[in-house]
Amino acid sequence: MKTAHVAYGGDIHKATYEQDNTIRLDNGQHVAEEDVVWLPPLEPKTCFALGLNYFDHASELDFKAPEEPLVFLKGPNTFIGHLGYTKRPEDVTHMHYECELAVIVGKQAKHVSEKDAYDYVSGYTIANDYAFRDYLENYYRPNLRVKNRDNSTPLGPWFVDAEDISDPMKLQIRTYVNGESVQEGSTQDMIFGVPQLIAYLSGFMTLNKGDVILTGTPKGTVDTKVGDKVITEIEGLGALSNTII
Amino acid sequence: MPVVRAHRSGRLQADFFEVEEIKLLHNKDVWNPPVTGAVYGTLLNYQGTLDQMGADLDEPPYQSPPKAPILYMKPVNTLIGHLANVPMPEEEEQLEVGASIGIVIGKKATQVKADQALDYVAGLTIVNDVSIPHESVFRPAVKEKARDGFCPIGPWVMGLDHIPELGQLTIKVYVNGELMQHNHTSNLVRAIPDLLQDVTEFMTLYEDDVLMVGVPENPPLARDGDTVQIEIDPIGVLKNKVTK
Repeated sequence: MKTAHVAYGGDIHKATYEQDNTIRLDNGQHVAEEDVVWLPPLEPKTCFALGLNYFDHASELDFKAPEEPLVFLKGPNTFIGHLGYTKRPEDVTHMHYECELAVIVGKQAKHVSEKDAYDYVSGYTIANDYAFRDYLENYYRPNLRVKNRDNSTPLGPWFVDAEDISDPMKLQIRTYVNGESVQEGSTQDMIFGVPQLIAYLSGFMTLNKGDVILTGTPKGTVDTKVGDKVITEIEGLGALSNTII
Repeated sequence: MPVVRAHRSGRLQADFFEVEEIKLLHNKDVWNPPVTGAVYGTLLNYQGTLDQMGADLDEPPYQSPPKAPILYMKPVNTLIGHLANVPMPEEEEQLEVGASIGIVIGKKATQVKADQALDYVAGLTIVNDVSIPHESVFRPAVKEKARDGFCPIGPWVMGLDHIPELGQLTIKVYVNGELMQHNHTSNLVRAIPDLLQDVTEFMTLYEDDVLMVGVPENPPLARDGDTVQIEIDPIGVLKNKVTK
């Protein structure tokens, strides 16, 4: 099942996906995608993000693949929903999208093995983990000024139940800017896959229900400008749209 | 008489106490963290920490001294209250004590200016930003800083009206009663109002979030069984034991 959090008619609803390109609100009403305000499908608790977790993206950025996951954390200020707006600061010369599989933790996890890792996943969604490269500095890199700016991590549109995704390590990833395909990859090219990441993180800290892991992005990240419409798409999860202002 | 906000006796609801009254309860009570929001830390915000890095700041991998505030997060699994034990990972011999003032945000703060920043502050608390000792600050130190119980915080939040001079606060760390560190907020690179301005320029802080001002140079080390006390007058004393 695909569920969303939307605002419509002055109230906040849970909504479900309908085949005919409408969505069904929890009061039974059917409405169009454009007629609601999309909120992130969940409020992430602790949110982890991975840097350099695709072989091709690491080489694109001139890095050798890391031996251990490169993990950083994100705060609640950064998340926005589908069809939202992300600001490009005036002084920035290179701001790029990052289409990422977001893994949602479904129950408390400590010292989970790779073999059991999927038992702790309740669902998936799409994250667009924008980076503002002008602000990169070499301290706790990438730091929060690059990766945790207000409204700079679109999340959604749907919370897709884990049981609907047969193999999260074999999903096509695509990004379109103004309708043109700019990024293409597959989750099978992750350096550390979903089970490894859950085993790694839960090996040194407790993961809780509602924690989210953004698993990194493949190659094909290019500069985006004010007015650009960026659509990040993952097979089986839908398409997450964002406009740069 | 200063009044402080605390979460005591395992209760989720905050209560307000006169500080002399609550101090009497110190050792016979359960204390929860006095905040529920996100907790952010600031790296290299004491002049002494930059001085110690010296010429390394211009060498690889750093290349140049930091320009903007360098931040990190202490996620919810790390938060524990006053008098709770800090769990030391089995394979570690010692942990670094990160004594910091925690700025508790009073209302949503986006792009605030330094001269108005204190209007957005509910008060101050004490934070022990515990880490597994590590040299490099090139990559985020999640594995070193985000272990369960690695962020004692409290005992309470003291309002700014009870704290005379934010630039004149003394931080003392005692391990088993012995004074191991002594520093002063006059040594901050960014004072509290400037830090709030430079952080909220790109990142909104919400009510009950905590922004640590930073950890001074030469952080003391604590071993299994050690009792760590961070004293910041007039805020109070945060006391925790490290245990395997």
